[in-house]
Amino acid sequence: MTAAPEFALQVRNLRKAYKDVLAVDGLDLAIRAGECFGLLGPNGAGKTTTMEICEGLTDADSGSLEMLGMSWDSDAANLRQRLGIQLQDTQLADKLTVLETVRLFRSFFRAGPTPAEVIALVQLEEKGNARIGNLSGGQKQRLAMACALVGDPDFLFLDEPTTGLDPQARRQLWDLIERFKASGRTILLTTHYMDEAERLCDRIAIMDHGKVIALGTPRELIASIGVEHVVEFSAGSSTAPLDIEPLHRLDGVRDVRRENGSVEMLVTELHRAVPALLDELSRQGAPLTELRTHSASLEDVFVTLTGRHLRDE
Amino acid sequence: MLDPGATRASRQSPSAAWTSHPLAQLTLVRFLGFLREPEAMFWVFVFPILLAAGLGIAFRNRPADVLRITAVSPQLAQALRQEKLLDVAEMPAAAAEEALRNGKVALLAVPAPGGGVVYRYDDTNPEGRAARMLADRAIQRGAGRIDPVSVTDRFLREPGSRYIDFLIPGLLGMNLMGSAIWGMGFAIVDSRRKNLMKRLVATPMPRHYYLLSFLLSRLLMLVVEVGVLLTFGALAFGVPLRGSLADLALLSVLGSLSFSALGLLIASRARTIEAASGLMNAVMMPMWILSGVFFSSQRFPAFAQPIIKALPLTAAIDALRMNMLQGAGMAQLMPQIGVLAAWLIVCFSLALKLFRWR
Repeated sequence: MTAAPEFALQVRNLRKAYKDVLAVDGLDLAIRAGECFGLLGPNGAGKTTTMEICEGLTDADSGSLEMLGMSWDSDAANLRQRLGIQLQDTQLADKLTVLETVRLFRSFFRAGPTPAEVIALVQLEEKGNARIGNLSGGQKQRLAMACALVGDPDFLFLDEPTTGLDPQARRQLWDLIERFKASGRTILLTTHYMDEAERLCDRIAIMDHGKVIALGTPRELIASIGVEHVVEFSAGSSTAPLDIEPLHRLDGVRDVRRENGSVEMLVTELHRAVPALLDELSRQGAPLTELRTHSASLEDVFVTLTGRHLRDE
Repeated sequence: MLDPGATRASRQSPSAAWTSHPLAQLTLVRFLGFLREPEAMFWVFVFPILLAAGLGIAFRNRPADVLRITAVSPQLAQALRQEKLLDVAEMPAAAAEEALRNGKVALLAVPAPGGGVVYRYDDTNPEGRAARMLADRAIQRGAGRIDPVSVTDRFLREPGSRYIDFLIPGLLGMNLMGSAIWGMGFAIVDSRRKNLMKRLVATPMPRHYYLLSFLLSRLLMLVVEVGVLLTFGALAFGVPLRGSLADLALLSVLGSLSFSALGLLIASRARTIEAASGLMNAVMMPMWILSGVFFSSQRFPAFAQPIIKALPLTAAIDALRMNMLQGAGMAQLMPQIGVLAAWLIVCFSLALKLFRWR
């Protein structure tokens, strides 16, 4: 890379409407070279449409886009050589083997590792001659990754790379993404898994209804809601219902809300809020049936910003 | 392994071997996909042979049928047995009537007063009428008639004019159409439905290579398809190949390309297999009936002929028949070649305009 520009991807005022749905609504993004950037949001937030516009697969209605110092209008062929793309829900041909598939994708790129090297990279050496139809979900996803890496890309797009995988397969894929990241190349990733975003992404944009509603490092985003812990509990009974009104006035409590039959308290100081909660419950005569706490997460950021859960649907 | 230095170092220009050319890879993958699909292999290679064998056996040429008739008197039976094409049984009157009514015999001859003969038969049945003529000739000749004009029979049984000779070029045309349209249609719609097409479009793959790979793999299979059916026809039934084999190969290629363009057009927008197969059947069904696969398209009324002749399958089959059976050269086949080329150009241009790449 010669005199790498600060931003690998810059998008301004992007807009895209499908029939009567506004999928992307005046989106601005600036992704630095070498960072792993996450687009986070519920289904239908416009993540995939945004990705596809950046990948040159969908035309935006308006807005500007510059990637690796080039644009789709004038440098499409050169740009394609430098991108690695993994799409959501691509089914590669079942009857072909891993090696045949990687060879096919390799043939489209001017430069890059050999098919055998890429297959080794995603740890599918033993499956080189296996038909794709016989691979597990995690192996298929690693093969999709191999097809994305085969042109030695400077910019990697990953659209929900671990959706539907078991925990072990997810961790294998995370290792792979982290190794790519360590080589200084840029990644744009969508996900609706909080843990995935927190572990992999340097910065995150939370999207909702086609707009970015929050932007920052995972730590910054969590800090922005001014809450360190979340206390979830169930108490009271149908005969003696819990009155949550007094909870708002407890020490160290920022907010209280009811959530599917249980109660969620956002707190700044756990060591003061929990004893206060127990005192209040015994005053009301409402026995505690369940109590959990966790550190505030990106999920809580999303709930605080929108009043909805990411995985609702 | 993904250390930047290491990967950059292993960056290499693709080997110069033609096998790593994208078009070669796309064609190879298409061909492998087909070879690994047992059902497709059956429909393309085995089915036409089974069909040709079945029809060839059903409509094979048999020696002329011998007609069964009956006579009620020994003298009549004696006279009728002079005719080799009649199988004469002598029966009592009641049994003979019974046999005629059941259709076991085509004609019943009964002596009439004054040395005459009565023929009883069903004059609406061709066998009955033929039996009447043969029986009468035998009896008249037996009674001393001498035909005033001398005649000679020459039978038409040589290769080239039998039903199987008519059928093989028809099946060949039908096979060219079916495998091209099904081959293109299903493969394209399937890869669109599975987002595989979108994934390929997201690489630097030149899009025209994608479409070309379908045509090239089609031509590779064509060699096998045409070869198998013609070899079978020639070996099993002695179907003649009177025209130039090079012309026959060219006609097959042109036909296959025209049908592939038609398949490409049919598959240019469909997103589901159901939609595509409905369209394919709607396009192919009329041609199976009208284009003269199993019987001559001349049987349809004169006003429909210009339309029938403009169909690609009619043009392909007519050209194949004229080449194989009459040994016609390319110059005589210009009308058919023109029709096929027109379909090729129109369908391909339309398909390129309409094609949905995702």
